[in-house]
Amino acid sequence: MTDLATETTPPPPRLRRIWHRYSSTSPIVLTLLALILGFAIGAIIIMLTSPAVLDSWRHTSHHLGDIGGSIKVSFDNVAAAYRAMITGSVIDPKLLFHSIGTGRGWDQTMTPISETLTYATPLVIISIGVGIAFQTGIFNIGANGQAVIGGIAGTTVGSLIHCPTVLHLPLTILAGIAGGAVCGLVPGVLKAYTGAHEVIVTLMFNYVCYAFLIYTLISTPLQQPGQGNDLSRTIDSTAILSPIFGVKSGLRVSYGIFVAAAVVVLAVWFLKRSSLGFDFRITGANPNAARASGINPKWIVIAVFAVSGGLAGLAGGVQMMSTTHYIDGGFLIGNAGIGFTAITIALLGRLQPIGIMWGSLLFAALNVGGRAMQAATGIPLDLATIIQSIIVLFVASPVLIKEIYRLREGAQSFQMATKGWSS
Amino acid sequence: MRVELKGITKRFGSFTANDQIDLVVEPGQIHCLLGENGAGKSTLMNVLFGLLHADEGEVLIDGSPVKFSNSGEAVRHGIGMVHQHFMLVPVFTVAENVVLGFEPTKSFNRLDYKKADAQIVELSQKFGLEVDPDAVVENLPIGLQQRVEILKALSHDAELLILDEPTAVLTPQEIDSLMAIMRSLAADGKSILFITHKLKEVRAVADVITVIRQGRVIDTVPPTETENQLATLMVGREVNLTVHKEATQLGEPVLELRDLVVRDDRGLAVVNGVTLSVHAGEIVALAGVQGNGQTELAEAISGMRPVESGTVTLRGVDITNRSPRAILDAGLGHVPEDRQRDGLVLSMSVADNLVLNTPRRAPFASRGTRNLKAVEENATQLVQRFDIRTTGIDATAGSLSGGNQQKVIVARELSRPLSCFMASQPTRGLDVGSIEYVHRQIVNQRNEGLGVFIISSELDEVVALGDRIAVIHSGKITGVVAPTTSREDIGLLMAGSTMGAHD
Repeated sequence: MTDLATETTPPPPRLRRIWHRYSSTSPIVLTLLALILGFAIGAIIIMLTSPAVLDSWRHTSHHLGDIGGSIKVSFDNVAAAYRAMITGSVIDPKLLFHSIGTGRGWDQTMTPISETLTYATPLVIISIGVGIAFQTGIFNIGANGQAVIGGIAGTTVGSLIHCPTVLHLPLTILAGIAGGAVCGLVPGVLKAYTGAHEVIVTLMFNYVCYAFLIYTLISTPLQQPGQGNDLSRTIDSTAILSPIFGVKSGLRVSYGIFVAAAVVVLAVWFLKRSSLGFDFRITGANPNAARASGINPKWIVIAVFAVSGGLAGLAGGVQMMSTTHYIDGGFLIGNAGIGFTAITIALLGRLQPIGIMWGSLLFAALNVGGRAMQAATGIPLDLATIIQSIIVLFVASPVLIKEIYRLREGAQSFQMATKGWSS
Repeated sequence: MRVELKGITKRFGSFTANDQIDLVVEPGQIHCLLGENGAGKSTLMNVLFGLLHADEGEVLIDGSPVKFSNSGEAVRHGIGMVHQHFMLVPVFTVAENVVLGFEPTKSFNRLDYKKADAQIVELSQKFGLEVDPDAVVENLPIGLQQRVEILKALSHDAELLILDEPTAVLTPQEIDSLMAIMRSLAADGKSILFITHKLKEVRAVADVITVIRQGRVIDTVPPTETENQLATLMVGREVNLTVHKEATQLGEPVLELRDLVVRDDRGLAVVNGVTLSVHAGEIVALAGVQGNGQTELAEAISGMRPVESGTVTLRGVDITNRSPRAILDAGLGHVPEDRQRDGLVLSMSVADNLVLNTPRRAPFASRGTRNLKAVEENATQLVQRFDIRTTGIDATAGSLSGGNQQKVIVARELSRPLSCFMASQPTRGLDVGSIEYVHRQIVNQRNEGLGVFIISSELDEVVALGDRIAVIHSGKITGVVAPTTSREDIGLLMAGSTMGAHD
């Protein structure tokens, strides 16, 4: 009986066997391979687009024999770009040795990594929210709008209510969570009770949230007094997630990273150990069995949206509390739309909190490093976006392919050819 | 056409799926390949049909060796195959499906529907396979869809027809007509390779039976062997086909259905006034041809489908239209008809599946936190008690065989306190060994005083298990009879006659 699976399993061809070893058994290896591929393709793009490289090749085509020189120019450019990207997002070894040697300049040395962590903080939180929804089979495309509402709620409590830090800080954080959760509940309730498809509702709800943001900034007491622009009041110092190393250090990394870390730990616990998380996973993996097991699908849909929206709201709140301390009409809109980046990061992290944490750090580093690269070499920041996209493409496609073809781990996926024979 | 398989060996890594298999199918012979799930029947047929390549051995057609690199070549050599899951286009007509890929055309490549229809009519008349060529396939019952598949194979001039577990999806009547078709094809000189693990069918239709077990041919026997002999060959040990039941004391009614009306997805009242009761210490088996409201009845009882009118009572408690959770908690154990759809989460571990509907119950969780240690202990214990063959409690449910998946569900349901145990098609798709096991578990529960309600479209099962047999037809109970009632009488009730003996 136990050898059934083996019996109906023809031997995988060698390529597929290798593919499987690296795709289903070791996601980490696959992700690393995708990283390498992403940077390799990025390198080719740099060579094909940067003027210095192109000039040198044009020169070579006129004066044969200098191919070596042109190749050198090509690789030098790539090396310079990636060096700038890494030193700009993690740490610059030169500055590090200087700091170790002299004991001074630590603030400057640590700036890149501080920026990366700052950038990653809201990403981790919001992506885990999106990932939990995905695991339950719910597509929350409206995380960005939920984050905006979280930001509005946080700013309201942070600026219009005044009380000591011990009270104000948690209140502001809770306001962010509540704002996002309430915003998420609307599509949740609509789906549970009317069957409205959550993708469409959440996607469109983003625009409702953006409009609501402008409204609150222009027509409510939240607007900065004496301002005609779409600008909010600044929150009280008691509601700020302040920089860990003090304002004077110039390092922006704030206590917000502890919030993000707590979210990671809680999410791991939630999915693995909590009854509600178990219900979520059952529902995501097999809604029919979930129903037959006494899980109420309506309640699960609503609960998922509360959790996912709450985390999105928390991300919006933390973003505001740790960086700007106010919000304006462009809050989390356009390029700053972390709710959409969250979808890709959730896939990159394979919907697991720890994976999502690493994915967020990678995306943050690519963005922060990309800016440094742009400043140092003139290669546009878009290259970072391209690399991000390629990595996600390579990492996410096995997941998508498995989803589409309903393949399961390892041996089982090879049963396709013999399906219907002796089941 | 005489087809001979000689010394076929097929290995998958270190595992030998087919070990030196010899098999001869004579022209006009119905040759039955009998074996449990996983015995290697499928692999062998895949080799014969060109889907897999043998490591050793050869295929001879009329004495000359052939090599197929794909199924198309097998078809050209006159081998046709009817898969267990039909490969038809549901929205096409019968004629369109049969000619698909070999469409007759008129000038300018226009399809010649008339010619296609004529082909079908000719073929159906020749072999007695009546089908309306213009009917749309998705509107046909499964039995007729299967005919279309057979027609399709015959239209490619198949001389050897491979039928892969063809009866698994058929009603008893459809099985009878399929067997008639097989006999008429054989009479016409076609050879048939009939793959199955059902002993009754084998004896009814086969000329020769080849039994394989663990990749080896165990024996080739005539159909005059008894079922017990065949089962012993197939499983490799003595199998007890008759279920032993002790006399028990009939207790209070535990499950009572009164005037139950349930609608299906299209809004039709497919359960139409069912009244039935199950007492503690008895097995009530609901017999009926698939599609007479059994599925909806089970769903309504378990809370998965709304009850239009009437009541369901469990130990005196009204559970009509309560939520699945409330009904589970009230003590209804349920083995759903489609175990992979409703009973299991295939991507989750065996341990998680064993607490699928009790995750919040002590000791598996307290105050919203799961107690993984208790879940593991529960799994270890149940895997041992119910003999679930798995590589470990962390293996996914999807990695288990059908029989072991069913054991997981049965184990889960029987491990919590129950008032009534309801099982829909409890042994569908299972092999003899697993059927024997599941039946024993069901009877044990009855012997211990539980009320058991079995819904099955397998007459054998109904007769073997039931203390009382209720027969359903078109959503109505046409009779409740004793298991000693003749099969003919039960058959009449299944066909809608209410003249059978009532008790």
